[in-house]
Amino acid sequence: MSNDSEVNDSEVDTDNAEAIGDRAGESARAPYRPSARRIERERYRKARTRRSVLIATASTLVTAVVLYLLVTGSPGWPRTRETFFNAHYAREALPEVLKGLWLNIRLLVVCGALVLVLGLVLAVARTLRGPVFFPVRALATAYVDFFRGLPLIICLLGVIFGVPALRLTGVTSDPVVLGGAALVLTYSAYVAEVFRAGIETVHPSQRAAARSLGLTNAQAMRYVVLPQAVRRVVPPLLNDLVSLQKDTGLVSIGGVVDAVYAAQIITGKSFNYTPYVVAGLVFVALTIPMTRLTDWVTARMNSRQGAI
Amino acid sequence: MTEPVLRLEAVRKSFGGTLVLRDVDLEVAPHTVTALIGASGSGKSTLLRCVNLLEEIDDGAVFLDGDEITDPRTDADLVRRRIGVVFQAYNLFPHMTVLENVTLAPRRVHRAGKERARERALELLARLGLQDKADAYPDRLSGGQQQRVAIVRALAVEPRLLLLDEITAALDPELVGEVLAVVRDLKDQGMTMVIATHEMGFAREVADQVCFLDGGAVLERGTPEEVFGEPRRARTQAFLARVLEAGRPVGRPTV
Repeated sequence: MSNDSEVNDSEVDTDNAEAIGDRAGESARAPYRPSARRIERERYRKARTRRSVLIATASTLVTAVVLYLLVTGSPGWPRTRETFFNAHYAREALPEVLKGLWLNIRLLVVCGALVLVLGLVLAVARTLRGPVFFPVRALATAYVDFFRGLPLIICLLGVIFGVPALRLTGVTSDPVVLGGAALVLTYSAYVAEVFRAGIETVHPSQRAAARSLGLTNAQAMRYVVLPQAVRRVVPPLLNDLVSLQKDTGLVSIGGVVDAVYAAQIITGKSFNYTPYVVAGLVFVALTIPMTRLTDWVTARMNSRQGAI
Repeated sequence: MTEPVLRLEAVRKSFGGTLVLRDVDLEVAPHTVTALIGASGSGKSTLLRCVNLLEEIDDGAVFLDGDEITDPRTDADLVRRRIGVVFQAYNLFPHMTVLENVTLAPRRVHRAGKERARERALELLARLGLQDKADAYPDRLSGGQQQRVAIVRALAVEPRLLLLDEITAALDPELVGEVLAVVRDLKDQGMTMVIATHEMGFAREVADQVCFLDGGAVLERGTPEEVFGEPRRARTQAFLARVLEAGRPVGRPTV
């Protein structure tokens, strides 16, 4: 069996090598035959790879078995399974959790978009030069310093309960809107710093090249610096968006029902914690496609531009 | 006498406590090529950056077509539109294709229509043998190709004056030739250029005026025959001897 596959593999390799040789214009000469040295090296590498795969598989299996035995063998396991992994409560909780999740998703989309825009504006404001812009720069810096330091929960409490207490006419007291505003306040400060770091990684020679072509400072920023800066910070930005997605649940302190709060309600009635596990898994399921998507987008941009 | 395109009057510039340019005078007549030679750190690049207003000078004045451009009241962006620059490290924009690199300034600065800018760019690219690279990204090109794209980008705005800052220093010898050939063509077309270079053979061949910079001052200037043939100053002689030793012939270029 294994012998067969090995023979096949080396045949494929030989074909490839010939194709490469042809492209290099060697077809006029004798067709390329891999030397014994090359065949020996490839056999060695293949053996090494096989060995690594075996070791990885074995160690994964051993770890899984040990963990399984450790958890299921623990004295409280039957009770824990009943409380955290109960199929009946999972079925009961899932529709409620999903209904609550819809709120999380809407908050994520709206707040995420606002955070990205506001964060970018703040970051650019902090890079403005010249004494005319001092107030803008100072305000942006103060804003970032304050809201990055302020605990999110305090910010949420302050906005959700503080704003309605002002009894301003025309200002909403909807906890979803206010909670969303609080999330935007805090997260735009984080994201502004991510963007600013990206802007600073663009080499000054890029700006010099843009300016020497006659582009104004603003045009150099818009067409040369920002496009490169944004591409570089996509992974950390995603990190903040995933974090935001989880924190959207905190608006429930205003009394609205999101996925986590929905789970909490069921748990409160049944004293069974399975709904929390369901809610947790639903959030995980939501972030994985997001990560894959950004990985794919980043890889595509990089391959288009060539090696970086 | 015709008015010089570029004139420097006692230009002085220091970084921190170091004096990088000490009272440099220079005149560049229309359709002529001026080569700046000298060791690294002698002030060649700084001089070019000052002319393009990428650096602010401490004293003296720079005139472009008779207008003082170092007056703080002048619009630096307007001045830079009349001057093209090619850098040692190409400084192409990696997130844009070759065509986008070339058409950026014509479209955004000079407000040329998209089609017009494109046509003109393709024409220039074709002239420099790059027509099939228009849609490639810079990182996919060889160093020589990248530098030629950088030259096209600078030419696309039809500059009055072209500044070339050691444009072959980052290229391997085989690619140096293709870039220098482009500069030679530009000279034939009457482009006014100031070139900072280590290619002595090339400077000798292409320049109308050679300036030897040392410690931020123009130590010697004249025709290539004067500076390379019979340098008057001991420093110039020593510099040229060292360059010769290093294997960069002062005679005809090898390309």
